[in-house]
Amino acid sequence: MTYLADIAALARKDLLLELRSRDTVPAMVLFVVSALVVFNFSLPADSGDLAAYGLLWVAIVFTALLGLTRAFVAEREQRVLDGLVLTPADRSTIWIGKGIAVLAFLLLAEVVALPAFALFFEPVDATLVAAVLLADVGLAAVGTLLAAMAAASRARELLLPLLFLPLVIPIVVGGVGASVDDDPARYLGFLVLYDLIFAILSWASFEYVVTE
Amino acid sequence: MIRARALERRFGEKRVFRGLDLDVAERDFLVVTGPNGSGKSTLLALCAGLLAPTRGELEVRASRERIGYLAHEPLVYRELSAFENLDLYGRLYRIPERRERIGMLLERFGLWDARHERVSALSRGMQQRLALCRALLHEPELLLLDEPYAGLDEAGALLLDGELAALGGSRTCLVATHDPARVAGLATSSLALV
Repeated sequence: MTYLADIAALARKDLLLELRSRDTVPAMVLFVVSALVVFNFSLPADSGDLAAYGLLWVAIVFTALLGLTRAFVAEREQRVLDGLVLTPADRSTIWIGKGIAVLAFLLLAEVVALPAFALFFEPVDATLVAAVLLADVGLAAVGTLLAAMAAASRARELLLPLLFLPLVIPIVVGGVGASVDDDPARYLGFLVLYDLIFAILSWASFEYVVTE
Repeated sequence: MIRARALERRFGEKRVFRGLDLDVAERDFLVVTGPNGSGKSTLLALCAGLLAPTRGELEVRASRERIGYLAHEPLVYRELSAFENLDLYGRLYRIPERRERIGMLLERFGLWDARHERVSALSRGMQQRLALCRALLHEPELLLLDEPYAGLDEAGALLLDGELAALGGSRTCLVATHDPARVAGLATSSLALV
């Protein structure tokens, strides 16, 4: 119960910070809509729906990256992470709390992005929504761990994309596959597997990221 | 409470200190002095477990929830209010009757009227008072205070004098300061880093 209470306190804090500062979510929404508009004009008319789905996944991954670059700004500026690490709360609760906030921000951006995608490109069906939800979990899990690693580094703006993009290639593969393949179930299953493996790895390794 | 032998800490090529031996007994009040860059803050961060020694041994006989750590930064969120910050820490430290304890500290440190103001709107001195509230919130056994008088006006400094006088003798304190005369009456030992 204490573990869940700690997660709730930390996630609530992140949501409250965003509600106050409104730094991250508006930027993510603007970015993903702008990207879809640019793609709409840059994609040749006869390129078909396969290319459009591919571009949607590119937009989602880069929107997540944008959110992640801001994920630990408040902790870094005031060294609050040191204060949190000294509390008796299990260090993994910091990762889960932050991951929940990142996931919530990504979902909010997609509430706008998916209707925009339907408007410019192709209809959005239940399979695509399921793929996006599963991908979001993986993006938040891996991304939050890497954002914490990058936050401790001087070259954080360079380090995060360099670590994040290669690690989320499987998410793009699974997401695009689920969007365009006749048998999306195996790609959805692949996304579930990715989420499980990387969530467990991130959960177990977060302590070593935030302590020396 | 703290035992260090041949302690060394490097940051890349830069060696902050080496060969440091230190013994701090329970309820000791150790004043750490030294010029800028001599390693006072590093020593306190090592004792808090936030840094690891490069070489040597360091044993701190206090679990992390029993350590109160005051750093250069207040370690609080700028966009949360004083009360919200302490409430978050209070939850994570599982403090019984959290709100009463927070209210008492805010009152004692003269922050009660500013409790709902965001930290970003508080002066440096008020942020330092808040940082002291955060460090004392869970009634730690081991207090690691890095320049606790920084930013405090005379009223705040007198307040802190009283707090340290009340804590001295019942807690183990390590205080890094450029003004050792201020805590000379409380000190049981001192360490001068060079």
